[in-house]
Amino acid sequence: MKITKLFTNNRKLVLFSVIFYVVVDVLHLTGVLNDYWIQITNVALINIILAVSLNLINGFAGQFSIGHMGFAAVGAYTAGTLTTIIWKLGVANSITKYLLFAVALILAGVAAAIVGYLIGLPTLRLRGDYLAIVTLAFGEIIRVIINATGYVGGPRGLLGIPKLSNFTIIFFVTLLSVIIMRNIVFSTIGRALKSIREDEVASELVGVDITRYKVLAFTIGSFFAGIAGALLCHLLQIAHPTQFGFIGSINVLVMVYIGGAGSISGSIVAAVGLTFLSEFLRLGIDNLNKIAPFPVGPEWRMVVYAVLLVAVMLYRTAGIMGGREFGILVPEEEGKNATGSQA
Amino acid sequence: MQPVLKLDSVTHYFGGLKAVSNFNLDLPEGVLWGLIGPNGAGKTTIFNLITGVYIPTQGKIYFLSEDITRYKPHTVVSRGIARTFQNLRIFPTLTALDNIRIAGHFRMKYGILGATIRSKDFYTSEKELTEKAMHLLELFKLHDRAYSPAKSLPYGELRRLEIARALATDPKLLLLDEPAAGMNPKEVENLMEMILWIRDHFKLTVYLIEHHMKVVMGICERIKVMDFGETIAEGNSSDIQNDPKVIEAYLGRQKNHAKG
Amino acid sequence: MSGIFNFQQVINSIQLGSIYALIAIGYTLVYGIVKLVNFAHGDFYMLGAYVAYFTAMFEISRKDQPNVIIILLISMSTGALVAFLSNRIAYRPLRYKPRLSALITAIGVSLFLEYTSSAMPFIGPSFRPFPDVIQTKQFHIGGAVLTNYQIINVAIAVTLMVVLTYIIKYTRVGMAMRASSQDKDALKLMGVNLEKIIDFTFIIGGSLAGAAGLLAGITYPRINPYMGIIPGLKAFIAAVLGGIGNVTGAMLGAFIIGFAETFGYAINSVIGEGIAYAILIIVLIFLPQGLLGKKTGEKV
Ligand SMILES: Nc1ncnc2c1ncn2[C@@H]1O[C@H](COP(=O)(O)OP(=O)(O)OP(=O)(O)O)[C@@H](O)[C@H]1O
Ligand SMILES: [Mg+2]
Repeated sequence: MKITKLFTNNRKLVLFSVIFYVVVDVLHLTGVLNDYWIQITNVALINIILAVSLNLINGFAGQFSIGHMGFAAVGAYTAGTLTTIIWKLGVANSITKYLLFAVALILAGVAAAIVGYLIGLPTLRLRGDYLAIVTLAFGEIIRVIINATGYVGGPRGLLGIPKLSNFTIIFFVTLLSVIIMRNIVFSTIGRALKSIREDEVASELVGVDITRYKVLAFTIGSFFAGIAGALLCHLLQIAHPTQFGFIGSINVLVMVYIGGAGSISGSIVAAVGLTFLSEFLRLGIDNLNKIAPFPVGPEWRMVVYAVLLVAVMLYRTAGIMGGREFGILVPEEEGKNATGSQA
Repeated sequence: MQPVLKLDSVTHYFGGLKAVSNFNLDLPEGVLWGLIGPNGAGKTTIFNLITGVYIPTQGKIYFLSEDITRYKPHTVVSRGIARTFQNLRIFPTLTALDNIRIAGHFRMKYGILGATIRSKDFYTSEKELTEKAMHLLELFKLHDRAYSPAKSLPYGELRRLEIARALATDPKLLLLDEPAAGMNPKEVENLMEMILWIRDHFKLTVYLIEHHMKVVMGICERIKVMDFGETIAEGNSSDIQNDPKVIEAYLGRQKNHAKG
Repeated sequence: MSGIFNFQQVINSIQLGSIYALIAIGYTLVYGIVKLVNFAHGDFYMLGAYVAYFTAMFEISRKDQPNVIIILLISMSTGALVAFLSNRIAYRPLRYKPRLSALITAIGVSLFLEYTSSAMPFIGPSFRPFPDVIQTKQFHIGGAVLTNYQIINVAIAVTLMVVLTYIIKYTRVGMAMRASSQDKDALKLMGVNLEKIIDFTFIIGGSLAGAAGLLAGITYPRINPYMGIIPGLKAFIAAVLGGIGNVTGAMLGAFIIGFAETFGYAINSVIGEGIAYAILIIVLIFLPQGLLGKKTGEKV
């Protein structure tokens, strides 16, 4: 099967990942990492998919989408509805349930990709800031529709989704997603996207069909957002409209720009870092609340995010990685070329 | 003989401004012709119309007998027209190599699936592209810059990079928009030689916009002069130099400059 | 009177439209000059509402009859001050960086204002009822009910819009504002300091948003720190609909959205909530320059 090539061609990356996977599993089995931290790790991995896929649109293709969680919602509700219905029939056993989940994940991606395509096609002719508003409005429309659809739980959310996500599945889906997006970035498609980001007019005039590639970036990004949404709702066993609202999208956006637009490595670092930071802040605020003479609200977490975002833009516009990649993420055939290019 | 490029009474308006008026051109294969005119005459607009950046208000454009009037820029490029820009438009954060490789984009033999699974076509196509790009960089003495981000290159090298990038699309017709802008006399000298060499080496037709009279008069076989969108003169360099309308257009404009 | 299209709806539409208009003007002015979609603009409106709330509560606690004009001036000053500071601290240093950085910064400023407000113990994340600043009087016209609040509301909005139009059309600084949204080089030649004009633009926009905050407080008497997000978005849509950069367009767009929403809600809540977004998408696809905007193209 061809998919095995994806792993054999990336020996270092796969080796590193497997070591990471085994270490986390061993720490979990020996009780060093409890279920709580495994859960946070799972969320961090899902955030990696979200951040890298948004980076494809914003960082590589240079478009400005701020409604990424809208696509995750499409994926979550598609997959969640499907598995919940089949689950209730009671036909899934311990093996077929994973088959069911695999189908649900792919459908989630496809559904989100179709929506992404339909939105991208007319709107990507617009300038960056208009696109931002349209994606924001689109997120709101999704929310309005979900709220009004009693069949998927309306404002209460879709409840009783079977718990099909676990660390192993999330880990390997994340790894595969990152490798696929990495392979796209390091190809003529990725170069076309970057050229659009750098100069649309010049890009068209060296033969790049810019509309097609913008829509492509949007579609691929939405596809992986859909998968991430599906993973998430099968982990938390609920899909709720607020999870996928503006604040959720902003969280992903912050990861992309703090990590560095145009750097997959940056998105990975920021997704993991910010997921854990957010958790530490939550714990810190809880503890502070016990001793402080006045209530310390959970809102401070978002205040920290906001300050971080503004500070990065003011003092390090290119983000942590500044457009560079870790060597381990660079395909061999790129050779010296990858070290030179930086955003 | 069939002209490579034919413009048939092309007119273009920007709102109420008539930027190009009834422009005609029959560009034979293998020539090096020039287009001159004072600032704002409409020269760059002509290039934009040919390459599909704008669609003319009236008139038709043919390339090798194909009507390309309403083609999008990337389609025009794929037919065999390449251009450079008056104000350099390189991809600043991409390496010099990638600036060139991107111009081979529409000839790649793999798609998104091939890229994802790293198919055989991917490797052969990429290898071929990279070799060709390296060869071009070498021809333009940019090979030791291959892995540097373009924005780190000095101006003169960027000008060469932009021309090399245009050539990487395998054009039959090359449009150069003020390639000598910002160059010193020595560089201009080299540029003139380079343009002639490019035409012969790549077997191209070249159409050149230039303010630098020395360049136009020195290498162009035939010259067209525009002013306020109108074609006011046409001929070889001595015809042009002695044409009273041309002298008037240039001197008249210079007076205005002095005033402003 | 029955049916969807009745006089009551027209009154409500005008009222909603005038609030959107005050917010939309700030969006359009700022965009016209610095080409920035100031995401935090809706939060200036939120802060205006809170300051109005605290001022009114203070006056009530002293058993005074709250003075609407004083509250209005305080709300406007707050909006103006926060807008001015956001520009100076967050946007100005990024003026010559890629436009996207300023846009992201604007999102950061918006989050900062919302969540810092929400984290303040005396504001808090939940809704608060806005006090009665004057005694409600109702007038019955046909089958519709018109309150003195609605009259005050529209009167204030219209007065502010008239004053603004005067400033833009006839004062020196207003003319410089218009000039700088068209040709920055000409401005330099005129010897005008662009940054001063930008400061002034933020101040005007912020003060109108602050005023809108007070009006929203007295009309829809529930406020919370996130109240600016959706009206901000809708007002921006109004600005785009009218043709971004064009003040008359922003007002026109705001009233169109006000009517569309009010009548949309009369049909059902999904249409009411969604219609502004639908309008946005339709406008951007078929009329990207908006109703009164000019078509522009990039020079190559
Ligand atoms: N996109 C555009 N929108 C409106 N007007 C334009 C646009 N592009 C060019 N023009 C106008 O059209 C006229 C011709 O411009 P053009 O760039 O073709 O001149 P040019 O001959 O190339 O001048 P230069 O020597 O300065 O490059 C000018 O008056 C210019 O201002
Ligand atoms: Mg020109």
